[in-house]
Amino acid sequence: MGGVIELDDLTLGYERHPAVHHLSGAFAAGSLTAVVGPNGGGKSTLLKGIMGLLRPLSGRVRLHGPERRDIAYLPQQVEMDSDFPITVLDTVLLGHWRRAGSFGRFDRAMHAAAIDAIDAVGLAGFEGRLLGSLSSGQRQRVLFARMAAADSPVILLDEPFTAIDARTTADLLALVLRWHEEGRTIIAVLHDFDQVRRHFPATLLLAREAIGWGETAAVLTEANLERMQRMGEAWDQAAEICGRGAA
Amino acid sequence: MSVALDPAAWLIEPFAAFGFMRRALVACLALALGSGPVGVFLVLRRMSLIGDTMAHAVLPGAAVGFLVAGLSLPAMSLGGLVAGLVVALLSGLVTRFTRVKEDASFAAFFLISLAAGVMIVSLKGNNVDLMHVLFGSILAVDDTSLLLVAGIATISLLTFALIYRPLVVECFDPVFSRAVGGPGTTVHLVFLVLVVLNMVAGFQALGTLMAVGLMMLPAVAARFWARDVWSLAAVAVAMAMASGLLGLAWSYHADLPSGPAIVLTAGGFYLLSLLVGRRDSLAARLLRRRRHLEG
Repeated sequence: MGGVIELDDLTLGYERHPAVHHLSGAFAAGSLTAVVGPNGGGKSTLLKGIMGLLRPLSGRVRLHGPERRDIAYLPQQVEMDSDFPITVLDTVLLGHWRRAGSFGRFDRAMHAAAIDAIDAVGLAGFEGRLLGSLSSGQRQRVLFARMAAADSPVILLDEPFTAIDARTTADLLALVLRWHEEGRTIIAVLHDFDQVRRHFPATLLLAREAIGWGETAAVLTEANLERMQRMGEAWDQAAEICGRGAA
Repeated sequence: MSVALDPAAWLIEPFAAFGFMRRALVACLALALGSGPVGVFLVLRRMSLIGDTMAHAVLPGAAVGFLVAGLSLPAMSLGGLVAGLVVALLSGLVTRFTRVKEDASFAAFFLISLAAGVMIVSLKGNNVDLMHVLFGSILAVDDTSLLLVAGIATISLLTFALIYRPLVVECFDPVFSRAVGGPGTTVHLVFLVLVVLNMVAGFQALGTLMAVGLMMLPAVAARFWARDVWSLAAVAVAMAMASGLLGLAWSYHADLPSGPAIVLTAGGFYLLSLLVGRRDSLAARLLRRRRHLEG
């Protein structure tokens, strides 16, 4: 119903073991959804699946409106070479990839937008600094600036505030809320339940299967959280072949 | 003629006097233009040892060329090119489509290739031939090989200009590259082709083993002087060129083999950079402890 991203009986996993199991539902246009759940519950896997970085074991992801490359994606920090000799400005300019591509020019408007984005994350004056000389919090600000420059209608954030200091978290969270006001669709994997309750209207509680998906207050109930604990992180070596996939 | 008193003459005289020295110099300069940036990207991709791997991988092709056409540089280059491309592309593809890491898959293919090369060389030919394949003969560079080396340098520079941005992104943030639909895999394979091409060019002049030296040493040394990708490449090219010039002059005056002389000169630049380079060198570390910025 008005979903920008629709999951249709989606199963994602590794070596045939499902990390996300028969998940169906939709992320509405302009929604701000927190994805929470135990470690190994399939939160990051779900984002990778939406990005097409992981092929579904069964089911599918349907995009209504945006193309895959219109989605901005912030993976967990470990995935990039933070020592690479690239400046803050160049990194943020890459946000314009959708328009400039591999060969196009970064025009004056793009430069201006990049500078604005760097200002917006509180890094004015850092344009010429190398990424490797920044703290992890500052680096996260740079990556948020790159997403701001990208101006994407859909934004996926994988644990954006993990190992980030409180002030940076507050600043970046404010930016996320502003993106939400601008009507973008945002999905964020988070751990801090308080933060989710306070700022995120919708929540998907994921422990391989959806324990709850909807209004945050209705999802983060005592009963649901208890159920989540019990689902645990089991990876059953001797798991039988799933009988539900007869679609 | 006192050499020590007139360094300019020491440097210029060998090239003024002999055509083969001039050709060797031009070959080195052309080689530097292509291998410099290739080396820098290899370092940035944490693939510094891949150059070495490729040098060995080229061997069976060169040996087949040698078997078919004797000591003919074009035939051996063509063979080396084919062998190198096969190893590079197979390794690259295996890495992309399986969980085998890049270094492991390169190791597997290059070892197969090297063994095949040694086998082929030992079937025919003697140790002198093998030495020639391994260590090259820059002083015997003829017009054909000069054209080949220059052609490869030209292709390399034009290709780098074309794939620069996607290649940088692919090195720096591969997940981003895939997420925005960048041509990551293609660019990576094109880059591997460039590595092989430059290895073959170096093989002409310096032999398979020494070619890696001129590719990697200036690239590693450049990190002590420059801070972003284009300036790293510029410094590496300049250093490789200087190594060619000084190394050739040195080998001429001291009557030393030219390939090792050139690579040892490059090694000297590396050690010098390590000691007194502008960034992060030993000297820079000692000085920085005393002087820091205000904010």
